[in-house]
Amino acid sequence: MTLLDIKALSVSINEVPVLDSVSMELKAGEILGLAGESGSGKTMTALAIAGLLPVRAEMSGQVILDGVHLPNADEREYCGIRGRDIGIVFQEPMTALNPVMTIGDQVAETVRVHRKVSRHEARLLARETLEKVGLPSSRFPLDRYPHNLSGGQRQRVAIAIAIALKPKLLIADEPTTALDVTTQAEILALFRKLVCDDGVGLVLVTHDLAVIAETADRVAVMKAGSIVEQGAVAKIFKASKVPYIRKLMENAVHVPERTSRKIGDTPVLETCNIVREYAGARTFFGPVKALRAVDDVSFRIFPNETVGLVGESGCGKSTLLRTILGLDQAQSGEVRVFGQVFPPRRNKELRQLRQRIQVVFQDPFGTFDPRWRVEQLVTENFHLFDSPLTRGDARKRVDETLERVGLNSSDAKRYPHEFSGGQRQRIAIARALITEPAIIALDEAVSALDVSIRAQILDLLAELSDRLGMSYLFVTHDLSVARSITDRILVMKDGRIVEQGRTADVFDNPSHPYTAELLGAVPDLNRALSGSVAGST
Amino acid sequence: MTDREFVREVPPDPGNGRVIAPELAFNMATGLRIGVFMVVAIVTAALVSFAWTPYDVEAIDIPGKLLAPSLTHPFGTDHFGRDVLSMIMVGARNSLAVALVAVGIGAGIGVPLGLLAAARKGLVSESVMRMNDLIFAFPSLLMAVMITAVYGPGAINAIIAIGIFNIPVFARVTRGAALSLWAREYILAARVAGKGPFLISVQHILPNLRGLLIVQAAIQFALGVVAEAGLSYVGLGAQPPLPSWGRMLSEAQTMIGFAPWLAIFPGLAIMMLVFGFGLIGDGLNDHLDPRIRRGR
Repeated sequence: MTLLDIKALSVSINEVPVLDSVSMELKAGEILGLAGESGSGKTMTALAIAGLLPVRAEMSGQVILDGVHLPNADEREYCGIRGRDIGIVFQEPMTALNPVMTIGDQVAETVRVHRKVSRHEARLLARETLEKVGLPSSRFPLDRYPHNLSGGQRQRVAIAIAIALKPKLLIADEPTTALDVTTQAEILALFRKLVCDDGVGLVLVTHDLAVIAETADRVAVMKAGSIVEQGAVAKIFKASKVPYIRKLMENAVHVPERTSRKIGDTPVLETCNIVREYAGARTFFGPVKALRAVDDVSFRIFPNETVGLVGESGCGKSTLLRTILGLDQAQSGEVRVFGQVFPPRRNKELRQLRQRIQVVFQDPFGTFDPRWRVEQLVTENFHLFDSPLTRGDARKRVDETLERVGLNSSDAKRYPHEFSGGQRQRIAIARALITEPAIIALDEAVSALDVSIRAQILDLLAELSDRLGMSYLFVTHDLSVARSITDRILVMKDGRIVEQGRTADVFDNPSHPYTAELLGAVPDLNRALSGSVAGST
Repeated sequence: MTDREFVREVPPDPGNGRVIAPELAFNMATGLRIGVFMVVAIVTAALVSFAWTPYDVEAIDIPGKLLAPSLTHPFGTDHFGRDVLSMIMVGARNSLAVALVAVGIGAGIGVPLGLLAAARKGLVSESVMRMNDLIFAFPSLLMAVMITAVYGPGAINAIIAIGIFNIPVFARVTRGAALSLWAREYILAARVAGKGPFLISVQHILPNLRGLLIVQAAIQFALGVVAEAGLSYVGLGAQPPLPSWGRMLSEAQTMIGFAPWLAIFPGLAIMMLVFGFGLIGDGLNDHLDPRIRRGR
């Protein structure tokens, strides 16, 4: 029977329509994937179901949960429904929990809000729920605090809070986006189990088509506030005629075309036995234990080569990158750029070498000073030149570089907030490109982007490298991205490089067990569609 | 090839999602306008007093003493027959000048110290902040009283005394906000561009602190006006025959029973200036917040 029935749901905020007559159904014991690019309205749909729309949103249409018409935005009645009938799990496990409450209290809180039970009974139920989400009492007593838990464990607590009262409907908004791939696989398995055992309906909102392909039974693809197509996952993903969906599917597994390149043999960048330690927590007795973030890392990058550095969060790849860029001092070992020790002591040499090694950061929104115009941002690296360029030369160079990354020279006068995420990443690439570097380090440079924009940026990077003969050090946690663009790959775990080799070899034939585990956990669109792991039930 | 159709997408940054209801925005703007109006009125009065006042503020007119407000003397006269309106106009100069210079001293020394403390970790940062704590540890008005008592009363010493206590306020606010800015990726990008702590502080940190510092300055300005009034109330501010609001209040004290206008009008003037700056500070705080402004 139909659990959730949404009929012609429209939402507008400040008279700007954000959802346009969305209709969908969900049966009990079914997982509905809600896919689409950012800004397509998938989160807004989830919020509308849960009655969590922003104050000034106007809503029309019907949301029927298990035969009951949900009140149209009556907060008081909704309070009784959320938590009891609808459980919600959000993206960010770090902020979803209250840091000063124990996990047991947080789960019990939901119970006591909705049911007249004693404190003791609530705690019993909390215990039971935590067991169910895979946090056994032996290792996770109720009085643990969230800061003692890893991201995946916190997300389990968040799920426990959502399912404590056995809701009929569970809404999960990008529940695994902030997690590592191995943790993501575990959490998705947990969701499948909950749906299977308790027969709840799950609305899984995610931008990751592979996650939906592996987890969901049915999928609704959204674009610009309306549903483009919905149906069984296999049917939609394999046989959809809608060009938008085909495009999304292609972009998700996009491999940029690369012309044949000659990889040089004198290394552009070389690291020898780098060790970076942080002072760890002071124990009450005994000495301070150092935390080794980067442990004896050596590798080389040759001209024209794209090297991927992959690993899960906390494995030390960001620290390594900062050390390579000379932003952080290594305890031992050295970095060499064109054979010279980096960073060199003399300021002049440092500036010259910095021109040759540049960086693009992850966050397209935080990477620019909001008060600077694009022209100033892009020319910031001119500071590295010994003598300033004349105004005309500088102008010409800015125009050239902006055109190279697919922007217009007229964009130079605009502020970063006037651009979309993808365009900002182009600006960031332009900033790195303007000193004509030999190597660019990309720190999760495409991780925050939608699949279609990610595909464009990957194409751009491939094209720039082929045309200008640049090397890339591609730091990422996303193995599919690493696979699509890199020639060679370094797998990092606990500060060490556990495996390195040609990308195809490593992916086809991982020699280290960790690499195999990592690869096995990555949701793979093609593999999922070929039917081996298709959704449960 | 470009992704221009996505220009209008809402940035996922949660900070950008803060939306202000139009009626609230209207109230903020109104508050700001009222504040500006009050301050401008007093600044105008102070400026006009240089060229013209209704009566000479030093002229003593015993027969015309303690006149209630009337058409000839809108704010009445004091026990020497001086015109209260004229005295308030001239006194405004003093209040504004003391507050302005004191804020200038505080910001001029405190902001660079704060930037330094944020840019340099370790000993430099610690010593700057511990010096701040030291100044904070003394009750400020009491210390101002002591400074003026030791070096003699007068407007200049009052300015210095009030100014010194503005330094740690600005240093602390600057450092706190600058520290969070230092963690941003665009600072990393600037470091990759070879810029040192000084250039980064001047080019990136300071401009991004502008709004915050302007707001803080407005608040300190209001506090400075009160402090100056307090000092001259106890006779440690501007010296006679130069009129000052605080001393007018203290002289009015004994006559409040039969000549209340002597206390009411200087009191109103102080309140207007302080309230005006308070409103400006609040209004600007919201107006200059980039999270609210950005992306509009």
